[in-house]
Amino acid sequence: MPVATATAAQSSTGPNASRWPIESVRAEFPILTRSINGQPLVYLDNASTTQKPLKVLDALNEFYVHGAANVHRGVHTLSQEASAAYEAVRQRAADFLGAESSDEIVFTAGTTAGLNLVAGSYGGLVLGPGDEVLVSVLEHHSNLVPWHVAATRAGAVVRGIGLTSSHELDLDELRRTISKRTKIVAIGHASNVVGTINPVREIAGIAHAAGAVLVVDGAQSAPHLPIDVRTLGCDFFVCSPHKMYGPMGVGLLFGKAALLERMPPFMGGGGMIERVGVASSTYTRPPARFEAGTPPVGEIIGLGAAIEYLAGQNRLDALAYELELSETAIARLEELRGVAVAPAGADRLPVVSFTVEAIHPHDVGTVLDRFGVAVRVGHHCAQPLMEHLGVPATVRASFAPYNTMEEVDRLIAGVREAQRVFGA
Amino acid sequence: MSDLDELYQTLILEHNRRPRNFRQIEQPTAEVEGRNPMCGDTFKIWIRVDGDRIADVSFLGQGCAISKASASMMTTAIKGKTVEEARALFTRFQQVVTGRREAAEAGLNQAREVVGCLSAFAGVAAFPVRVKCATLAWHAMRTALDSSVPTP
Repeated sequence: MPVATATAAQSSTGPNASRWPIESVRAEFPILTRSINGQPLVYLDNASTTQKPLKVLDALNEFYVHGAANVHRGVHTLSQEASAAYEAVRQRAADFLGAESSDEIVFTAGTTAGLNLVAGSYGGLVLGPGDEVLVSVLEHHSNLVPWHVAATRAGAVVRGIGLTSSHELDLDELRRTISKRTKIVAIGHASNVVGTINPVREIAGIAHAAGAVLVVDGAQSAPHLPIDVRTLGCDFFVCSPHKMYGPMGVGLLFGKAALLERMPPFMGGGGMIERVGVASSTYTRPPARFEAGTPPVGEIIGLGAAIEYLAGQNRLDALAYELELSETAIARLEELRGVAVAPAGADRLPVVSFTVEAIHPHDVGTVLDRFGVAVRVGHHCAQPLMEHLGVPATVRASFAPYNTMEEVDRLIAGVREAQRVFGA
Repeated sequence: MSDLDELYQTLILEHNRRPRNFRQIEQPTAEVEGRNPMCGDTFKIWIRVDGDRIADVSFLGQGCAISKASASMMTTAIKGKTVEEARALFTRFQQVVTGRREAAEAGLNQAREVVGCLSAFAGVAAFPVRVKCATLAWHAMRTALDSSVPTP
């Protein structure tokens, strides 16, 4: 898919910065006016979770104040209203991801829950002894551990694809490694650590030629890139609305209708059955088959508002603006003595990982926090990639369209302050 | 002094840069790995208990300045102490880093003559999320003591 790229801006008002309506974008996010340790908040932990705009907060509040009821369970008006709103979000999500039908959209608790569902249900269905699941060294733990669990259960093996010298996913290695025993290829659309965007469409072709399905972890990509699962050619796509300006506790799973139909339930309970006896039960069709129990209805309605929020943006402009911020941050970090920016592929999201010589990332994070700058430090739930990079941890700054060039300045000043404190 | 400068006192930065007993000792009575799975910090502690006394203690590994300096200063603090003294010191140390200064002060003042400057970690109390960094090596040490000298 085409991805907008931006070159490093030389000044604080690059071509995109001057066009982006930053004041009105920021006005949507009340939290951005907060002070942290006496300094204006600089929120650069967006790859972990984004902040929520008023539109989403209002939708959550409206549900709990005026509309709270369970779905698909009552004949009373509140329940009917809640059910209609809930199913309307499913359709909106199907349109947002490019699914053919809302029957291909399952509400989950998040990307981790979605990947566990696919690994447990589809993995349980197709994996046998000696079969393989292919992943990559770029994966987040949530696209590794569920496969480890499923493979252990089935006697199957999980194998990892490495990176090329230019830090891209090694597609030649994928072609060499994939075989008839490969039942599932599970790849992140983009790295949560360095932002590298993987060529999903090409990977789908390789997977399908070998008779495998492609599962895409879209937790990082969906907040930044327009997603069309048909263009991507994937069989499953999962993402986390809380990284897309929506509420925590909900997730989206797209699965091709023909695959979802074949899959057994992952969790059993109310709302996913046709008929239940004491000794056995039959299950309803997807997507309800995968939605046992009371869902977080208010949060799903909040997700609908988040999708509306995203749809109301010029997303390519937003991406170009974010990339201008991250490319500027990279250029300025690289100017600092003793700072090393972790390498990434050519196409990348506005996510920057770096290390500071002789200062552990946690200590950099603590100093930055004292100056109001929120970053993520640690291994980012990506230990295989840390091993590949040869570092135990990094500092990660990840950008959203509400960040500013002044905030890039604050990040750089904070890193310099860490170097002062440590006498580095 | 700002709370940052209090957290990263000269003594702590110095131990971080030049950790003491940063090696593997001969014939340990126990070796224990201390891990913080949330952040990936990992230290291995070796200890040799001779009778009821800690004859030698050392560590290797990686982590932030707080965890590394704490491990280093712990080794200098407990070497030569009895097992019971080391356990008691850990209790005091936990009180220091969690801000229960009053409870800790009596003990630490007493201990300071022999222990030196563990109170340098009092600044950690202002950073609750870093308490686990300061105590990582201590927890591993206590496990090592337990397996060297089973508690009655």
